Amino acid sequence: MTSAVTAIEGVKSPPTPKIISSTLTAARLGRQYFIDLVFLNTTRLFAFLVLALLVAILISLLIGSLPAMRAFGFGFLTSTAWDPVQEKFGALVPIFGTLITSFIALLIGIPVSFGIALFLTELSPTWLKRPIGIAIELLAGIPSIIYGMWGLFVFAPIFADHVQPWLIKYIGPLAIIGPLFSGTPQGIGMLTAGIILAIMVIPFIASVMRDVFELVPTLLKESAYGLGATTWEVVWHVVLPYTKVGVVGGILLGLGRALGETMAVTFVIGNAHQVYTSLFAPGNSIASALANEFTEAVGDLYTAALIELGLLLFLITVIVLALAKLLLLQLAKKEGAQT
Amino acid sequence: MLTVAFGLFWLAWILWTLVNNGLQAIDLTIFMQSTPPPGSNGGLANAIFGSFLMTLIAVLIGTPVGILAGTYLAEYGRGGWLAPATRFINDILLSAPSIVIGLFVYAVYVANVKHFSGWAGACALAIIVIPVVLKTTENMLRLIPNSLREAAAALGTPRWKIITMVTLRASRTGILTGILLAVARISGETAPLLFTSLNNQFWSSNLNSPMANLPVVIFQFAMSPYSDWQRLAWGGALLITLAVLIFNIIGRTLFGQKSPLQ
Repeated sequence: MTSAVTAIEGVKSPPTPKIISSTLTAARLGRQYFIDLVFLNTTRLFAFLVLALLVAILISLLIGSLPAMRAFGFGFLTSTAWDPVQEKFGALVPIFGTLITSFIALLIGIPVSFGIALFLTELSPTWLKRPIGIAIELLAGIPSIIYGMWGLFVFAPIFADHVQPWLIKYIGPLAIIGPLFSGTPQGIGMLTAGIILAIMVIPFIASVMRDVFELVPTLLKESAYGLGATTWEVVWHVVLPYTKVGVVGGILLGLGRALGETMAVTFVIGNAHQVYTSLFAPGNSIASALANEFTEAVGDLYTAALIELGLLLFLITVIVLALAKLLLLQLAKKEGAQT
Repeated sequence: MLTVAFGLFWLAWILWTLVNNGLQAIDLTIFMQSTPPPGSNGGLANAIFGSFLMTLIAVLIGTPVGILAGTYLAEYGRGGWLAPATRFINDILLSAPSIVIGLFVYAVYVANVKHFSGWAGACALAIIVIPVVLKTTENMLRLIPNSLREAAAALGTPRWKIITMVTLRASRTGILTGILLAVARISGETAPLLFTSLNNQFWSSNLNSPMANLPVVIFQFAMSPYSDWQRLAWGGALLITLAVLIFNIIGRTLFGQKSPLQ
């Protein structure tokens, strides 16, 4: 307010006061420039901090795992040994477990999420869209430890009593996939972990799929409907080709979640450092090995080996998530180019 | 249709089990007494307090960082390499495995001071808060119409005042929603606390010593063979889920239907 007044007075009055007032405003302006600069650089610093965080995580894990890297070299990746007493460690079993459980999760999760996204965008009456959308998001909000507890105490016994014997009886004798479904029905194991993971990734994949399905121009869909296409044909020949990249991005996002999921898997995977052919047998994943053993690890080499596992997990998920992000960005760019 | 039923079926089943088992365990003692040794009675008071304290500190550390960085991305981030790079990295951090973040805090903090502590737990949680708050802040600031900024600039307002007094103020609700979502996210996190704050059987408000917290107590008690520990774990699980769902719902109703994270 005062600066406006002095400025107006400056115009009206004779030259001498004008100079004084302009130096005054110059000083005030200078201060504002200074605060501006400080503000800009503070926010920039914090943006940079976030960037540095990722680098710091990588470097600290790298340093922490140096002893294990020196001791085992690349053999760490291919060895199945896990012997804390003789200090021989290999990452193959946890890596295998992580990949298999995530694969099972995607195998179940993708069709279900696709169905949910399809229902929400194409079939559902409008009044039903919101409640279902919210319910799915609530499913995403439940903490993973709850999934784990529920899996261990509720799902696993039922699975062992009713589902696994049936699978063993009917699928077990089959030629190629048979061995996967054999053994004793214990409830916990790789398959159970995979199923629980599937329930956990469904909300993530479904919400991305819904978002990309909504990007499809109505004009395209209506033209197809106008030609007499069924809903299924529209989805399969119009919506899916248009959103291909985004759907893959969403799936990768779900995969990233599944790979790093810790607590839910730790409860039900059984924690055994061995590779079995049967999916009913207990196994181990990178995250659950860390959760179970890290605080009890004695000896530097043991700790270093576990940190190297963490580093591997981080690298795998970062690559998967970066890929997902790039694909989704590509779809957004395509959308931007057309409108 | 079938797939939707499939999805909702799990939600209903999980919630039903939780309420069923949890309600039996929840009474007044759960809020009054500390975690018991197996075989005797007790509550979860120390764990509830520890969780509350660490969440509070994590939010106090994480929120300013997230808001300032988000402001840079939305307001100054045109051109240059820093903004796109940070945005990309932030999206990765948003869904990076939380156990790795626990490992990171262990490596830089716990391993150096040689003991587990409440501070370390709070730091690990703060690292999880940052990307959530950053993302919502940026998205909310981008929703502010440019004409608002131009109007302020035309009055001769300096840039920092435009941002603090106009745009940040206009996106207050959205940012608050982001913070609530972040709280919902970290109040259920277990993995990063395993190697940082660990657990403590007794009431403790000393942030430099190991500190009890609900998720880790639930984990230990649920995995234990004692039935009274398992009962307490169910009670804690119900408490956490209720808290998370309530935060989510408040966040949603504050902001309308769509999550500001997308």
